[in-house]
Amino acid sequence: MAKRSAPEVNAGSMADIAFLLLIFFLVTTTIETDSGLNRKLPPMEDQVDPPIIKEKNIFQLQVNRNNQLFLKTGGEEKIIEIKNLRQAAVDFLDNGGGQGEDACKRCQGKRNPRSSDNFDKAIISLQNDRQTKYDVYIAVQNEIIAAYNQLRNREFERAYPGENMSYVQAEKMYNDPRTPVARKDKLKEKLEAIKLLIPQKFSEAEPKKSN
Amino acid sequence: MGKFNKKKSGDLPAISTASLPDIVFMLLFFFMVATVMRENTLNIENRLPAADQIEKLDKKDLVMYIYAGKPSARFQGQYGTEARIQLNDKFAEVEDIAAFINSERAAKREELIPFLTTALKVDSDTNMGLVSDIKQELRKVNALKINYTTRQGDALADLNR
Repeated sequence: MAKRSAPEVNAGSMADIAFLLLIFFLVTTTIETDSGLNRKLPPMEDQVDPPIIKEKNIFQLQVNRNNQLFLKTGGEEKIIEIKNLRQAAVDFLDNGGGQGEDACKRCQGKRNPRSSDNFDKAIISLQNDRQTKYDVYIAVQNEIIAAYNQLRNREFERAYPGENMSYVQAEKMYNDPRTPVARKDKLKEKLEAIKLLIPQKFSEAEPKKSN
Repeated sequence: MGKFNKKKSGDLPAISTASLPDIVFMLLFFFMVATVMRENTLNIENRLPAADQIEKLDKKDLVMYIYAGKPSARFQGQYGTEARIQLNDKFAEVEDIAAFINSERAAKREELIPFLTTALKVDSDTNMGLVSDIKQELRKVNALKINYTTRQGDALADLNR
């Protein structure tokens, strides 16, 4: 009567219970994709007279209903493959063909007088057809953002060699909630300076209706 | 020799399953940590396009989701195969977006409203016409921050698939 050990609890059904929970979570949850291309839409405003822009400062892209890419810039018109788009956009933005007060000190391009003046003047415009496929549109957007990022990376590394990282990495660090506030403030200053130097001047026209 | 023969009794020893619950719990915790609760049941096909210049959406509570794509197989009899918009759990028309955005805004605190982002989760096979219509509606209600949600991957390789 004095010593009776407690009876052992049967744990054989533990696995079943855990399986049940596991299957519940498998069914009710998803692995979310929460990343993508951030863009800003232009605000709706009353019709204002469009500013006068020199034709050489526009990199005009059109995607037609057959998902072909048509490029008009620097007095040239041609069909371009998406894989060549990034380099073409970098060449256009980095051209630096401006003279006098439009001269571009940081550009490293060919200084073709028929292409863009400087980073600030260069505009990329995109127009697509209503029948263009969404994945082609995303690929084009992706390549244009890549072109801007490539130049921003270069200028960031040149302006702040002490940071030892690229613009994209710096931006990622800035957006990371774990980064301390003091560091964020410093980064913000530098990021803003680069954004001011190479602004993303990207305009989207309303899509064409194809008959 | 008799010493060795002793063990060879007829049936196999049972495999111990004592660690099975541990293994299953490990899996369970992995899924609990790595996934989030499904918010919307998708009525459409939603294969996102791939891109590599992506940024992460950090504040989940400040994101509004708009889905678009072809109705999935069990809805095609009813809704056809033309790409449609889905808001919350229902199919919607382009005109419903303004009301949706306003109701999402009403649910948030006022000072957070300028930080709201609209995530467009659009199937890669959709025509741009629908996407442009959505964007136009968003401009009308002044919801200008958008995010084209994509998978991480090479955009060009994804196109040539």
